[in-house]
Amino acid sequence: MAVAFDEMNGPQGELRPAYEELSRWLKETPPDALEHRRQEAELLFRRIGITFAVYGDSESTERLIPFDVIPRIISGKEWTLLEKGLKQRTRAINMFLKDIYHGREILRAGLIPDDLIFQNPVFRPEMNGQDVPHDVYVHIAGIDIVRTNPDEFFVLEDNARTPSGVSYMLENREIMMRLFPDLFARHRVAPVEKYPDELLSCLRSVAPRSASTEPTVALMTPGVYNSAYYEHSFLADKLGVELVEGRDLIVKNDEVFMRTTEGLKRVDVIYRRVDDDFLDPLTFRPDSALGVPGLMSAYMAGNVTLANAVGTGIADDKAIYSYMPEVVKFYLGEEPILKNVPTWRCREPGDLAYVLDHLGELVVKEVHGSGGYGMLIGPAATKATIEAFRDKLKREPEGFIAQPTLALSTCPTCTESGLAPRHVDLRPFVLTGSKNVSIVAGGLTRVALKEGSLVVNSSQGGGTKDTWILDE
Amino acid sequence: MLSRTAENLYWLARYVERAEYLARTIEATLRVTALPNTYIGQTNEWDSALLTAGVSAAFYEIYEEANETNVVEYLSFSTANPSSIRNCIEAARLNSRSVRTALTGEMWDTINSAWLELQSAWSGGAKTREQLANFLRFVQETSLRFDGSAYRTMLRNDAYWFSRLGLHLERADNTARILDVKYHLLLPEDEHVGGPLDYYQWTSILRSVSALTAYHWVYRETLKPWLIADLLILNDTLPRSLASCYGNLVRNLDQIGVSYGRQGAAQRHARGVRNRLEHSNMQDIFQHGLHEFIQEFIADNSRLGDIIAKQYLI
Repeated sequence: MAVAFDEMNGPQGELRPAYEELSRWLKETPPDALEHRRQEAELLFRRIGITFAVYGDSESTERLIPFDVIPRIISGKEWTLLEKGLKQRTRAINMFLKDIYHGREILRAGLIPDDLIFQNPVFRPEMNGQDVPHDVYVHIAGIDIVRTNPDEFFVLEDNARTPSGVSYMLENREIMMRLFPDLFARHRVAPVEKYPDELLSCLRSVAPRSASTEPTVALMTPGVYNSAYYEHSFLADKLGVELVEGRDLIVKNDEVFMRTTEGLKRVDVIYRRVDDDFLDPLTFRPDSALGVPGLMSAYMAGNVTLANAVGTGIADDKAIYSYMPEVVKFYLGEEPILKNVPTWRCREPGDLAYVLDHLGELVVKEVHGSGGYGMLIGPAATKATIEAFRDKLKREPEGFIAQPTLALSTCPTCTESGLAPRHVDLRPFVLTGSKNVSIVAGGLTRVALKEGSLVVNSSQGGGTKDTWILDE
Repeated sequence: MLSRTAENLYWLARYVERAEYLARTIEATLRVTALPNTYIGQTNEWDSALLTAGVSAAFYEIYEEANETNVVEYLSFSTANPSSIRNCIEAARLNSRSVRTALTGEMWDTINSAWLELQSAWSGGAKTREQLANFLRFVQETSLRFDGSAYRTMLRNDAYWFSRLGLHLERADNTARILDVKYHLLLPEDEHVGGPLDYYQWTSILRSVSALTAYHWVYRETLKPWLIADLLILNDTLPRSLASCYGNLVRNLDQIGVSYGRQGAAQRHARGVRNRLEHSNMQDIFQHGLHEFIQEFIADNSRLGDIIAKQYLI
C-alpha cells in the first residue's frame, strides 16, 4: 500500500497552508499540556454524559468514544468543492428514490439490474407509488468521505437511513472551544452551532398537508439501550421537541398521537432513529416492541412524515453504491463531483474471479453489513481469515462487494508515543428540506487510533476529532 | 431588622448576580468574536459588551479603544472599574462580613472561599484564554452556589426577601441592558432588515441569559428575533425575563409588606411595572417602539431601586 497522504504534512512533507497555525501552536505547546487537556476532555465528556453502548459487551456498557484533541483542518476551498459534491449527490439520491418507488426510469434505461432492487431486502414494496412530501426521502444524509490525495474526495458510503454522529460534531466543537480557546481564536473556524436550527426548519418544512401551520415534530428513539441514545436525547433537547419511544405514540384513524399529561397530541413529523424493520409491527417485524402499530398506515395516508422516509436503504445499499456515478449522471445530467471508490461487484463473474485472485490486497464488504462488522481487510488479515472469506464469497457472491485498500489520508493525532499520523474519514451531514439542500460547514471526523489501522468505526476502536472548516 | 443589614443583604445579592452576568457577557462575546467575519460582520462586539455592562463611558476615560485584552481586563479584574467582577466579589464579601450573622454558614462560606480564591489564584488576572475560561466558570459556579445556598438554607423571613429583591432587581436590569444594546437585532418581521449575520448575534444574546435551549422548548421554532424579544421581555417562565423578575419582585415585596403589616411606594411601583408587562404583547411593544419600551423599563427599574432604598434601606 502506498504511503498515505498526510493532511498536515503534504505529499512532499511540506506543511500545507491550512495547518500552518496549528503546526506553530503545536511547537509552542509542551506535550504534557496536550495530555493534560486530553484528560480534561475525557472528564468533560463523562460529565456531559456523551457515552455509547457497545453491543455484546457486558463489562462496561457505557463507553466513551475516544476524543483526539488535535483538530482536523479543511481549507475553505476544499470545503466549497466538497459541499457542491455533497449537495449534488444528495439531490441525485432523492431523485433516485422517487424514481425507484414510482416510474423506474432508471431500470427501464437498463442502468441498474432489476433484481438488485427487487430482491434486495431493503427495498420496501410498501412504498411503491407512495408519495412523500416535496419528494424528499432522505432528509438527513451522513455521507462518508475519504481522501487519498490533495485533490480528490471519494464517497465511501452514502448513509441514507438513520445516520448518527452529529452530536459528536456539535459536542466536539464545544469541548474544543472550552479547552483550547486560544488555538481556536487563532483560526477562523466556520461555526457548526446552527445545525439544530437548520434540522428543525428542515423537519418542519416537510410536514404533511394535514398538519397545522405549527407542525409538531418529535424524535423517535428505540430507547435508552440503543447505542446512539445519547445523541437522540441531545438532539431532541437542542431542537426543543419531545423524545418519544414507540410506547409513547398511538395511532387513531390514521393519525399519530403522543400520550401527554394533557391528553393525546397529534404528531406531524417524526424524526425517527428507529430502523424500518422496527417501525410498525403490523407491517414489518411483528416481534418489534419498539414500533407503533398502525404507524405505516398513518404514513401511507399522508398524515405523518417520517424522516428519513421508509425504504431509503435501497439508496445506500453497498450493492447499489457502485452504480452511484451513473445515478448522478442519469438524473442530473452532470458529471459527479465526488468520486466513487472503484468497486468490484462480486455478483458479476468477471469481478468475482478478480476478487478471488486478489483477496490479499482488497477490502471485501458484506453488502448489507455496517459498523465495520463483517468486513475483510486483505492486507491486514491472516491467511485463515482470507480463506474463510474465500469460502463465503464462493457460496454467496451476491452478498459481497470488494474495493481496493485505499490509503486513507492521515492527520496528526495524539498517541502514546507523541503525535503521529492516523487514518481519518469525514462524515458531513446533509439536510434536505422542502426548499433547499443545506450543509453545516463541518462534520464528524473519525480517526483510526491504532497504528496502521484503517477502521474508523467507534465500535472497532475508532475515535473522533473536531473538524474545522476554515473561513477564507 | 436593621436597615443597614437589609441593605447589605440586598447589595450582596446584587453584586453576585452582576458578577455572574458579566462572566456570561464575556463568555458570549468571546464566542462571537471567535467567529469568522463572514458570520458576524464588522461590529465591535467588545464595545457592545461594555455597553451592556453599563461602563462604556468610564472605560473610555482610561482606554483608547475596546478590544479583547482591555475589555476583558476592565470587566474582570480591574480595580479601577467599580463593577468589575473582581470588585463585585470583593464588595460582596465586604457586605457579607458586616452582616455575617444574617447569613447562613453556607452562604458565607461560598462568598468567602470565592474571595480567597480570587486573592490566591487570580491576583494576576488571566494570562491566557484558557485561564480566563476557568475564571469565568469559577465566577458562575460561585453564583450558582450562593444562590443555591440562600435558597436551601435561609429562613423565609425579611432577610431572605431583601436578598431576593437585590437579585431580581439586578437581573432585570441586566436583561434590559442587553435588550437596550441589541434591540435593533430583535425587531419584528416587517421591520427586520438583518441578514444571516444576525443569527449568531441572536444566539449570543440568548447565551448571555442562558436561554438558548430554553428558546427552542418554549417556541419549538427556529430562531426568530421577535420571539427572542418576547422570551426575554414577556415570558414569565424564563427566570431571566423581565416579566419573571417582576413577578418575583412583587412577591417578595408583598411578603415584606405582609410581615411588616404595611405597604408603601415600593409595592405600588413594582406592581405597576408588573401589570404593564402582564398586559403587554409584543405587537403593542413593537408599535410603541421596542427601544423606547426598554428605556422606560430601565428607568422604572432603577426608580424601584431608589424607592426600595428610601422605604427600607436608609
